[in-house]
Amino acid sequence: MSSYGEYGGRYVPETLIPALDELESAWASLRDDDAFHAELHGLRTNYAGRPTPLTRVERFAPDQRIYLKREDLMHTGSHKLNNALGQALIAQRLGKHRIIAETGAGQHGVATATVCARFGLECIVYMGSEDIRRQAPNVERMKLLGAEVRPVEFGTRTLKEATSEAIRDWIANVETTYYLIGSCVGPAPYPEIVRELQRVIGREAREQFIDAEGRLPEAVVACVGGGSNAIGMFYDFIPDEDVRLIGVEAAGAASLSSGRSGVLHGARSSLLADEDGQIMDAHSISAGLDYPGVGPEHAYLRDTGRAEYLTCTDDEAVAAFHRLCETEGIVPALESSHALARALDCGSELVAVCLSGRGDKDLAEVLAQ
Amino acid sequence: MTKTLVVYLMAMPDTPALAQAAVEAGADVVELGFPFSDPLADGPVIRRAGERALAAGMRTARCLEVLAETRSRVGVPLIPMTYSSIFDAYGWERLESDARAAGATSLIVADLPSDVRPELRRVQLVAPTSTDARLKLAADSTDGWLYLVTVTGTTGARAELAPSLAPLAQRVRAITGVPLYAGFGISTPEHARAAAELVDGIVVGSAAVAAAESGPAELSALVASLRAGLDAAG
Repeated sequence: MSSYGEYGGRYVPETLIPALDELESAWASLRDDDAFHAELHGLRTNYAGRPTPLTRVERFAPDQRIYLKREDLMHTGSHKLNNALGQALIAQRLGKHRIIAETGAGQHGVATATVCARFGLECIVYMGSEDIRRQAPNVERMKLLGAEVRPVEFGTRTLKEATSEAIRDWIANVETTYYLIGSCVGPAPYPEIVRELQRVIGREAREQFIDAEGRLPEAVVACVGGGSNAIGMFYDFIPDEDVRLIGVEAAGAASLSSGRSGVLHGARSSLLADEDGQIMDAHSISAGLDYPGVGPEHAYLRDTGRAEYLTCTDDEAVAAFHRLCETEGIVPALESSHALARALDCGSELVAVCLSGRGDKDLAEVLAQ
Repeated sequence: MTKTLVVYLMAMPDTPALAQAAVEAGADVVELGFPFSDPLADGPVIRRAGERALAAGMRTARCLEVLAETRSRVGVPLIPMTYSSIFDAYGWERLESDARAAGATSLIVADLPSDVRPELRRVQLVAPTSTDARLKLAADSTDGWLYLVTVTGTTGARAELAPSLAPLAQRVRAITGVPLYAGFGISTPEHARAAAELVDGIVVGSAAVAAAESGPAELSALVASLRAGLDAAG
């Protein structure tokens, strides 16, 4: 499927179309290929540390039954590795040895640098200079893993510009290079590939929740920047019509809650854009949510009413961050803290939250508040 | 046969005068960039020009006014070049219709592959990476001429004419009889002359934008030198 209702598609320069066709055709054969899935499963189990646990947080939420899907406990500390591992296997099948990626918070950059080290691939990560400043530990990790981190010095100096620059690199080097995109955004077939690789989160969480509670949750909550942990967490719950799917955006980067339709980074979706179609700046304390676009499938889930999208302010996220640290001994990523804040007041009692990453990278930003 | 010289200018308040200078110096077609905040196909020169244009308030309605003012000054074909987001916000049919009403001869959308929204009449782009099937698709649907992207890359001047142009031109010639104009990376009279041996015209973007920033005299000098390069070709 290359589009989600009126969203998705391939709005890219012609230069990239043959590479997208090649990727689509490789993906079409791999998605049903037993050997591919066996290799991926082996890596998830023996390298990444899946399945990740589902943790009840009684002290954090004494009046509810909230469970956290612990993607923070996976290798590299966030859900991003699910996607990077799968796409690294695809790149290998395509014979591409130069990998490029964009990163905001640095979690996807670290995951990409990790798989490139693991498979012996060249790795170049584009990162806005503002994000390099506020996510210094992840920059050091990427370098330690052998990646080259290229600062992007124009525009907002954040994830939007890093993504544009990665796409420009891809346009210039498309014959040798695999673009390992980090979220369920970009031209088709990327949104579908990323969703399929992240689906493991919701598949595991659904089974684990039933084991723990003997029933499905009333609500499933995840933070949404580009939306990859959310689409992965939501997807296997979509047929469960009584389960609320709640995406939480940063209040200053609410592409779904306050955006309009438009075209960015190769896909039509809901965006922060002005009435002329110029993309506006997003603002969030969390670098991973600081993006004016969102995956096209989320725009579709919003329009069809299957998922609801709420917002969370910087202050609310920081408060939830502290609360989880102090009540449960878990340091969440600032991104995931947005989901935690809304899980507490979403009005449902039985809740599964995707704790998409750990917060070590955010200590300096939080302590500076 | 005389080769066609296409000059790209970013839409700014002074663009009508610059376009007139370019035409008087030998430009046969003027492309008018409608700026977009996130231009994926553009290198640093056009990207910075776009940022300046947006800062100067060059939103779509104002760009259309500049197009109409340019039309009142020059008789050559005028072709707005922009990105999908601009069309999507303004309305695809509405922008096509308003642009044509303001004097546009055709349109170019840098991030709209030829199989997407085929109903929008426009100059199609092909690249060295395009398969023969895609070359044919673009040639069959293009509006007047086909834009050959000489390089695998973004806009911007290069030291040499890309070696990928010759095989691309040869492949396209075998498929279609429509005029072929080459762009991306063409900036000097030497490039113009070499490209003229392969194709029917050239598009000069970043070099023209850089010259235009210095004023009409510099732009005229560049255009005249490119014209001479083209005309010197066998």
